[in-house]
Amino acid sequence: MVIDFILLFFVVVCAVASVSMKDLLGSVMILGAYSLLMALLWTRYNSVDVAFTEAAVGAGITTVLLIAALSRTFRHEEDPEKPGQSIFPWLTRIARLIPLGVVMLTGAVLIYGTLDMPNFSDPAAPANLHVAPYYIEKSVPETGSINFVTAILASYRGYDTLGEVTVIFTAGICVLILLRRRFHG
Amino acid sequence: MLEAAAIIVVLAMALVLYRAIKGPMLYDRALAVNVIGTKTVVVLALIGFIYDRPYFLDIALVYALINFIATIAILKYSETGGLG
Repeated sequence: MVIDFILLFFVVVCAVASVSMKDLLGSVMILGAYSLLMALLWTRYNSVDVAFTEAAVGAGITTVLLIAALSRTFRHEEDPEKPGQSIFPWLTRIARLIPLGVVMLTGAVLIYGTLDMPNFSDPAAPANLHVAPYYIEKSVPETGSINFVTAILASYRGYDTLGEVTVIFTAGICVLILLRRRFHG
Repeated sequence: MLEAAAIIVVLAMALVLYRAIKGPMLYDRALAVNVIGTKTVVVLALIGFIYDRPYFLDIALVYALINFIATIAILKYSETGGLG
């Protein structure tokens, strides 16, 4: 639909703007807008839980954490090294183009890889025939949860989720340690 | 009709996005990002009715709550230079 294309265009504009901006606080704010637009797109594609995570983590927590990091460092990005300072200025200029080429090439290969994929939400696709029917039929009698996603995350892959929670808990402790150092001098 | 409304609101978002990227002041950006959040809520409600999923309205309300966090953090940073 038209809205999808407009929103995707906005997302690209936000991404480019937040990377190219020298004022890092403005960059963080644009990233917040980026997350809100992405959440809108996720919701429009019916992945409501992903959209919730994107809005809460991307627009909420990440903005606060990045601002906390900014308050302990500097707000303005320093100018990158000027090409004239190196011995071969043209070499530096070419070296800057190499990452762009690598990214374009990888993107082209990935798009080429999607050509063989089955259509979106095709019921006969291999991904929908492997374990999905089992979850659809058995998850309610086996786990008692009426939501497949909850049943898979909290019951069938419970240990996996426990590991993820451990990782996130450790990361949270590290962030708290880094941010609290100020109060002890 | 609802599609037209949604597209118009999204196009209005473009104006605010321009202000968020161009600046020039911090408060322009803070207000612009806040307005983008508000328009996200409106578009979400409209999309919910376009695709016949009225429960998107509840999600839109939660987004309206989440929208505050970033603005408060940004304004607190600009006022005190930190979050403490």
